[in-house]
Amino acid sequence: MSNNVMEVRALRKEFGSSVAVENVSFEVRKGEILGLLGANGAGKSTTLFMLLGLITPSSGSIRVFDKDLQTNRVEILQRMNFASSYQCLPYNLKVWENLHVFSEIYRVENGKRKAVELLDMFELTHLRNKMTGSLSSGEQTRLNLCKALLSDPDLLLLDEPTASLDPDLADKVRKILLELQRQNGMTIVNTSHNMADVHELCDRILFMRKGNVIAEGTTAEILDKFASTSLEEVFIAIARS
Amino acid sequence: MDLRVIKALLMKYMFVCSRNSFRAMDVFFWPLMDLFVWGFLSIYMLKVSHALPSLITFLIGATILWNVLYRAQHAVSVMFLEDVWSRNLLNIFVAPIKTSEYVGAAYFMGLVQSVVVMVLLGIAAAAFYQFNLFQLGIGLAILFANLMLMGCWLGLLTTGFILRWGPPAEALAWAVPFLIQPISGVFYPISVLPVWIQPLAKVFPSSYIFEGMREMLTTGSTAPHYLWCAFILNVVYMIATGFLFRYFLQEARKMGFLAKYAA
Repeated sequence: MSNNVMEVRALRKEFGSSVAVENVSFEVRKGEILGLLGANGAGKSTTLFMLLGLITPSSGSIRVFDKDLQTNRVEILQRMNFASSYQCLPYNLKVWENLHVFSEIYRVENGKRKAVELLDMFELTHLRNKMTGSLSSGEQTRLNLCKALLSDPDLLLLDEPTASLDPDLADKVRKILLELQRQNGMTIVNTSHNMADVHELCDRILFMRKGNVIAEGTTAEILDKFASTSLEEVFIAIARS
Repeated sequence: MDLRVIKALLMKYMFVCSRNSFRAMDVFFWPLMDLFVWGFLSIYMLKVSHALPSLITFLIGATILWNVLYRAQHAVSVMFLEDVWSRNLLNIFVAPIKTSEYVGAAYFMGLVQSVVVMVLLGIAAAAFYQFNLFQLGIGLAILFANLMLMGCWLGLLTTGFILRWGPPAEALAWAVPFLIQPISGVFYPISVLPVWIQPLAKVFPSSYIFEGMREMLTTGSTAPHYLWCAFILNVVYMIATGFLFRYFLQEARKMGFLAKYAA
């Protein structure tokens, strides 16, 4: 059995005459944190949504846990989860109601205990009876992470996990994610514009531009390749090239 | 199908309904208003014209049964729309939920709302118009089952349209039943329709359901011919709608609509 949790081969997505993802191939190794970086319009979100089965690729293949995503979607999604700072849980449910519903959907053993632990970890316990719609954006971001971690996923996809968080909370969230990843061997794919996130979290980085992966490697390798001292400079150089 | 997942989806919807009085209006207020309008109208017509007393019976029976169908369709569509409005669609479609589980939960909600509406209107009709819906006996159960089936596949069809064509199609959740109501002989026999429309009425199970209802109320029989026609058509449409919904879902994934609606 391969050591790769995910294998993406020649992924392509066209919307009419527009090509959002041209030719993307990569692997995600078990237990690693992979960063997916790129400017707006680079194809990160489209790639991420294809990895989640939300968008069907025009061509190419995605294998997760050694299974084809298109034909084993529900089985694979049971072992995956997703959190985004740009998505909310239903605003018209209370915090604990949302976590209870999703713990049942993900068939979590001891869902209530797990929800209580996560609320405590992300400093949301005092908000458990608040309506989700009344939370601040930072609180909603943390609640999304609680929901994503309820099922102890083998593969976690994150879209800007610390956007809307102040530097203190962002640092705490990064440390929580690293600790959980160390404890559970969780594999994470993380898209972010926050270079502190990328630097602290990611074992490996993929840079995308115009629907293609144009650079891949560890932070040190990327910096060396672009003869730069900061990921932000590399990001800007790629975006403007 | 995992019942735990279906239960979770129903629980989510009940949490929403418990604090949304407009959802409660769907089940309690609008059906009652419908019954009052049609009931008092038929009493008035009886007084000012030489209309047969059976007119009240037909109109009230039709109003109650039409609401059963409408509520089933509406419940199925609105359960999906609640996820759209609360921007929860992405969370649902990245979760390990089978299409059959999602649809099963929606159908169950349609069943629950239809039962509530039928009982509520049955009691109101008895109180205000001395109309006993339950005089139909076993026939009522068969009518109800057929109306439920039709409401469910109509609701799934509507949901499929919304998935495929997006927010502009949301109005169909309310409009679709009224597209078929005029040619289904809900409040009048099919023979009243223009001759060139009557063949079209035969395509809809609802036509047979309401013709069957009138025959039951008139003759006391169970109108087996009408009910079998309705049931067979319902089964065919239920299967066809299932395939169509899957197709619309595939198209929505291909065109990126699921991600777009969630944004």
